[in-house]
Amino acid sequence: MRDVIVIGAGVVGSLIARELSKYHLDVLIVDKENDVGNVTSMANSAIVHSGYDPEPNSLKAKLNVLGNKMFKQLCQDLDVNYGQIGSLTIALSDEQVLILHDLAKRAKENGVNVQLLSAEEIIKIEPNINPNLKMGLLAPTCGIVDPFNLCAHAMECACDNGVELHLNEEVLNIVNCNSYFEIKTNHQTYQSKIVIDAAGLNSDKILNFIEPCDWKITPRKGEYYVLDHYAPGLVNHVIFPIPTNKGKGILITLTTSGNYLVGPSSEFIDDNEDFSTDSLTLANVKKSALEMIPNIPFQHVIRCFSGLRATSTRHDFVIESAKSSKNFIVVGGIESPGLASSPAIAKYVVEEFVSKLINLTPKDDFNPKIKPYINLKSLSNEKRNELIKQNPEYGTIICGCEKISLGEIKDLFKRSVPPYTVKAIKKRIRAGFGKCQGGFCQPSIVSILAKEYHISPLDVLYDKNHSNILVCRLKDGK
Amino acid sequence: MMIEKELVVIGGGSAGMAAAIQAYNEGIKDILILEKDDKLGGILNQCIHNGFGLTEFKEELTGPEYLSRFVQQINELHIEYKLSSTVIELTKDLKVVYSNCQDGLSIIKAKAVVLATGCYERNAGAILLAGDRPSGIITAGTAQKYLNLQGYLVGKKVVILGSGDIGLIMARRMTLEGAKVLAVLEIMPYSNGLNRNIAQCLNDYDIPLYLSHSVSKVIGKERLEKIIVSRVDENLQFIPNTEIEFECDTLLLSVGLIPNVGLLNNTTCSISSTKGPYVNEHMETQTPGLFCCGNCLHVHDLVDFVTQEGRTAGHGAALYIKGLSKHSQTIIVKNGHNISYVIPQYIKVENTEPVELKFRVKKPCKNVNVIVKQDDNVIKKLIKTALIPSEMEIIKINVNDINLINNSDILVEIQEK
Amino acid sequence: MKELTCIICPRGCRLKIDDQLNVTGNFCMRGKQYAINELTHPMRTITSTVRVCNRLDCVVAVKTVPEIPKDKIFAVMNEINKVKINAPCHIGQIVIKNVLNLNSDIIVCQNIE
Repeated sequence: MRDVIVIGAGVVGSLIARELSKYHLDVLIVDKENDVGNVTSMANSAIVHSGYDPEPNSLKAKLNVLGNKMFKQLCQDLDVNYGQIGSLTIALSDEQVLILHDLAKRAKENGVNVQLLSAEEIIKIEPNINPNLKMGLLAPTCGIVDPFNLCAHAMECACDNGVELHLNEEVLNIVNCNSYFEIKTNHQTYQSKIVIDAAGLNSDKILNFIEPCDWKITPRKGEYYVLDHYAPGLVNHVIFPIPTNKGKGILITLTTSGNYLVGPSSEFIDDNEDFSTDSLTLANVKKSALEMIPNIPFQHVIRCFSGLRATSTRHDFVIESAKSSKNFIVVGGIESPGLASSPAIAKYVVEEFVSKLINLTPKDDFNPKIKPYINLKSLSNEKRNELIKQNPEYGTIICGCEKISLGEIKDLFKRSVPPYTVKAIKKRIRAGFGKCQGGFCQPSIVSILAKEYHISPLDVLYDKNHSNILVCRLKDGK
Repeated sequence: MMIEKELVVIGGGSAGMAAAIQAYNEGIKDILILEKDDKLGGILNQCIHNGFGLTEFKEELTGPEYLSRFVQQINELHIEYKLSSTVIELTKDLKVVYSNCQDGLSIIKAKAVVLATGCYERNAGAILLAGDRPSGIITAGTAQKYLNLQGYLVGKKVVILGSGDIGLIMARRMTLEGAKVLAVLEIMPYSNGLNRNIAQCLNDYDIPLYLSHSVSKVIGKERLEKIIVSRVDENLQFIPNTEIEFECDTLLLSVGLIPNVGLLNNTTCSISSTKGPYVNEHMETQTPGLFCCGNCLHVHDLVDFVTQEGRTAGHGAALYIKGLSKHSQTIIVKNGHNISYVIPQYIKVENTEPVELKFRVKKPCKNVNVIVKQDDNVIKKLIKTALIPSEMEIIKINVNDINLINNSDILVEIQEK
Repeated sequence: MKELTCIICPRGCRLKIDDQLNVTGNFCMRGKQYAINELTHPMRTITSTVRVCNRLDCVVAVKTVPEIPKDKIFAVMNEINKVKINAPCHIGQIVIKNVLNLNSDIIVCQNIE
């Protein structure tokens, strides 16, 4: 019998796992994907919103503002790239200036520090901005974060502190046995006193296993462009348009890796697994972005992608006990500002719900930090040479675009949440993220994975299950 | 510790090897070639088809045979090279930082540098393919590496997007190795590959070529299942109701090559319309002592021309190291009507050697004059029965014909008759 | 009258050949010979690979010398796919002598040490 099973290893599930790992509990995380953070947590704007925008007194407002304040320490502990670059919301018409004033009022209600800036002041700090802007709202606490490693490192920290993670396990049914739950997956059946449903796009379906769910997740798709880290200083802040009822609108931001992100669109869809992109939608994203920053170098686009937000029909985060059992905790509808709120959500779930169900005894030896990673690019030449002397594989560069060494890739396999796929390596360490998008290094990465896991290159996956890269080995004689 | 070298060649492919050999033959003995792969030869190692060397050796060789002749010369001349050595930084004062497992991170101060880092393939991200994101969409060159170096097929039912030469060559290679190639698609109304490759790679195997067609939608959740292909109009926009469905597990992309010049970011070189740096007739960039040749300067269709360009760069580097070449005033060479680019973009006024102008046309044309002129003075005129964008042309001009004094720009243009 | 593209060199001349084997459109004499051969007995060079057993995930490039009849391409591929060799192997090394009695050898065209 487990104490807690968390369903879903996205950023919310991973941070809940880490929060639970502070206590003497038997905790298991299951996720249907072959890597942590493989759905919504992987494809979003990677913004740590300041929290001025959500409806005052909503869970979104409360947890966003709290979460934002937790990020600096969290990212230090988890060795995750984070930068508090601030956001600028731009008014391009007199009408929008009025809205900007309303937003400033709302910020005050939510307890978020903002400043209204004149066009001249903004042009000074954002020289590429549309010179016809009227006014802007600066939110200095807005930040950017590496969403891939936030998730992977949070889970790693949880696992290092004793939590168990089972990937490739899809929950097929849950039975409420009154004093406990029986959770049936495609691999086995578990028993657990408490279930936390952090299943993102599927959180409503998971709840449905034990009771009818009176709210629903409707995936809301967002399509983005990624630009190569080519033109430094294109923007220095996260640049937002005036928000509408469809969301925060199409933003332009620097990412922690020095790329630029332009997007997202916003479109309700009915398929949880539809990650397609559409040229018309992307053309509209481009058009909107150019209204704010007229000289975005779209010739440096290296990729476009789409992500699905788990929008609930309640229009707020759904964090509550199931009606039929207080031991079943739903954490659903975590759309924007979900990433910014995630550390606060984890704390809220454990302190307000789990603590009332089970005795929480803190571990004396809980380590909030993960083992440090070696990141050659951040080191001096002397330090690098010392490391290469100890392990020559730090000298062999595998990804030439991002300058990632064999040693750094192999280090990943020694961690408690190792990568199993080409994409997982790319997410953790950026090998294959550059302008050639893995054209040169993918064959090497496939060989490294095959060797590490003692499998044939034919069985190496690009991303999801069945996404094999190679289909047939030739020339073995017949 | 900083090592000093007269010449560092970055990239040990066809261009780099030719540059090193040429510089050596002109008296520069202190040379180091840095190659990121574990063997010399670059991309030719995986180009196992034949057709190389007709100009250079007057015989038809496969890629590995062609490169082996240069490797042999490098070895005979004892030109130093380091394999599995990746250059991670190049500065404007010609410090080369490279990394490998023996030397660690090392810095070399070079008198001259030849950049010969080849090109990379445009990929699905860059062309914004619409639809799902399954596996099974891969660039033709990457598929070629798996097939020709490791013996693995990336798919069994294949559609190829782009009729560039790599796409055509891979259509034949995959067919020979047991895959079914259903079609080659080309968004332009003409092929971007050589005529003979259409004949011997597609026609020989009854593989249809769809001109003015492209992929309008990708379908498949995990592995590619299907693509929707539509005809495009003259503005390259999809025409509704022209959809054709292909059930396939693989989409090979052969949609263009881009010079690999990330190392120039910290130098003073600016990037031209070829996506490589601006150069003068010695393939010298705007950074004094930094030369550039081969596919990282502009993408070539024939390796023989890459070798020749490598020699030009090696010659220029040798002159520079010997102090016989200084950065002087230059005359600008400009693209005129229907010219997509001309290399070199500058000619030094002190130059006394004949200059080869390499160019491509923007659009196919027939029975035209190629005109090289300065102001109204025609320096050279060439009659051409047919010109196509996929074939680079060379026109030689004599320096005596150029007015070096008034410093007017030179214009290369196509004159329709 | 038949039209074809010469594959002898990258120039890719558009050749015309009539029933009396008169060739026009060729830039050089090799083109003429190609057109005649193409109508009477078309020949092709095939390049492929054979597996190198004692190296991990490695194949070596091979080709037919001289050319083989075009209609024997897949039969020859079948033979090539049956062979495996060991490194080191060098350019010119014969992998299959007189493949299918076509008076053509399959030779290595890549050095693997």
